[in-house]
Amino acid sequence: MTVDSSSGWGGVPALLLFALTALIPVQGASAQEIEISGFAAGEARLFPEAAKQAGQKDQRLNPSLILQPELALTWEGDAFQRVVFIPFLRLDAQDGTRSHGDIRELNYLYAGDGWDIRIGIDKVFWGVAESRHLVDIINQTDLVEDPDGEDKLGQPMVNLGLQTALGDFNAFFMPFFRKRTFPGRAGRLRAALPVSTGTTRYESDAEQWHPDFALRFSGVFGEWDVGLSQFYGTGREPTLSPALEGGRAVLVPRYQIIAQTGLDVQATIDNWLLKLEAIRRSGQGDPFFAVTTGFEYSFYGVIADTGDLGLVGEYHYDGRDSKAPASLYDKDIFIGLRFTLNDEADSSLLIGSLSDLGNGASLLSLEAERRLGDVWKIEIDATAFAFADPDDPAYALRGDHYLQIRLSRYF
Amino acid sequence: MRTLSFALFLGLSMTGLSPLSPALAGEAEDKGRAIAEEWDRRDQGFGDTVSVMKMVLENAHGQTSERRMRFKTLENPDPKDGDRSLIIFDKPRDIKGTALLTFSHILEPDDQWLYLPAVKRIKRISSKNKSGPFVGSEFAYEDFSAQELEKYSYKFLREEPCAADSKDVCFVLEQKPLYENSGYTRLIAWYDKDEYRQRRIEYYDRKGSLLKTLTFSDYRKYLGQYWRPHDMYMVNAQNGKKTRLIFEKITFRNGLSERDFNRNTLKRAR
Repeated sequence: MTVDSSSGWGGVPALLLFALTALIPVQGASAQEIEISGFAAGEARLFPEAAKQAGQKDQRLNPSLILQPELALTWEGDAFQRVVFIPFLRLDAQDGTRSHGDIRELNYLYAGDGWDIRIGIDKVFWGVAESRHLVDIINQTDLVEDPDGEDKLGQPMVNLGLQTALGDFNAFFMPFFRKRTFPGRAGRLRAALPVSTGTTRYESDAEQWHPDFALRFSGVFGEWDVGLSQFYGTGREPTLSPALEGGRAVLVPRYQIIAQTGLDVQATIDNWLLKLEAIRRSGQGDPFFAVTTGFEYSFYGVIADTGDLGLVGEYHYDGRDSKAPASLYDKDIFIGLRFTLNDEADSSLLIGSLSDLGNGASLLSLEAERRLGDVWKIEIDATAFAFADPDDPAYALRGDHYLQIRLSRYF
Repeated sequence: MRTLSFALFLGLSMTGLSPLSPALAGEAEDKGRAIAEEWDRRDQGFGDTVSVMKMVLENAHGQTSERRMRFKTLENPDPKDGDRSLIIFDKPRDIKGTALLTFSHILEPDDQWLYLPAVKRIKRISSKNKSGPFVGSEFAYEDFSAQELEKYSYKFLREEPCAADSKDVCFVLEQKPLYENSGYTRLIAWYDKDEYRQRRIEYYDRKGSLLKTLTFSDYRKYLGQYWRPHDMYMVNAQNGKKTRLIFEKITFRNGLSERDFNRNTLKRAR
């Protein structure tokens, strides 16, 4: 097993950041000791069906190990200052590409009165919906981690925030672009051809060093939480084109320069959460709109007097053309049930189905978790692909139903 | 001190202050309301507090688990609105850094945001659910958020020893929640006559049955006037579970302001 460095961005910026944090002046404040926390986990993926794609190892059982420590150093005086370092490492027994490391966070925060600045590698989330994160764009997806796209790579940035009576304003400067990770040739849960991240192409001659910018406003107006964002820079989703590499067919990713305006709104009214996310993007084919809208309705105390049942419904529309990166969510509906037991172990279960209204292709998922004792946690995920349609982007995954069990030890 | 406050409470009761149910306000209601007003008055002006707390959950089989959290509160000088609070979890480790921001209101539902550090996500959550278990404990969120005078109607029941073996005398009040979505039909609360400290509360569920009993102890005085219990013990009469909430440290007037209680500060809670 080797740790793949193609998705990484070299050690130089990290070293620069270390040097930077060492030079930060600390005024009138005394440092706490370094806080160390994090988790180590063992994970197993079980595939009941044989691999369908050429080059995939016929793995039925895929074990791997994960380590994610967190180091934090905080100064609280006139101003609030903190340095955080969160490295991440996965070792995968089957797919060398999935064995990878990342710096999820390595940043310095200075918070003054009504403003703050973060310098370094950080993770930022925008949005309100559950089944698609449409407006969320700052961080690249660490797709080799999980096909659900929830795992993100650390993004180098300078983030200036202003907190006003109207709401919060944040400006982001992102000097370096992170390539999306993909499963390797041996790995499952990939397209019919493997993605060759080593031959990545860019619209910009600056390639990964194209300076990207974003602005965001977020405010609360009574029951309404509203976010408005503008991004300009390298699109996080690549187009994938077949090519030959050393005599073997691969997909070559290409990243365009895009402009994206995003809106996210949530109304919180009694048992209802009403949600809307919308974007307009230009730079990938014709400019297009995409929308995710839906609700979550909660029945409180209906499971054994104390547990809650949530009903989630979300509709997705995406107007992109064939020149843009393919999307699963062209016209889809997500229906989910969330069980939250509110017990000592924080047990929860989410079952859901994402169905394409055009061709019926469906993705069924189950996510369950609970704490075991004080420091252990078990998570069980299952994903199945039903009613596969040859025209659907998820067709290649039709044999990749899997059950994943993760046992984590927190420290 | 005691005579003075007694005079104050008589004075108040003669003015018949009970704006919430003026038509029904009888003598017992006036007296109950006046006692609660004195309890509320004695806590005014605390400014802000930061508490380090430990919660020990015990199930019916005696097995225990532990939570650790920090609780920051900013007093709202406006009596018509509630305080702001921020709860940051330190243990269990898997929820470390999870934080809950609350803008509490008197009769309207509170505004609440939950920060999930693993995904860096701030979620506005429905506060309609205030009667559900708080982090799996026998406390409901409303048990410690609803410490506002105007959230209840009051009725004086009797005076009696605060506990069977206690020399202290308590006022016993019946309190009915006036805010929406309470899990209780009524509370019976014991306030000691000396200092107007809550000593015990019985919570009655929607069917009118005794649900749980909260006992306050280890009261300590801060800034020469503010009493705070350091041990709150909740016993569920229906399922046999217990939760002990221990305040390990409370500091007053830390110079907190509204700026320390917004969605942006949630992200740096850690």
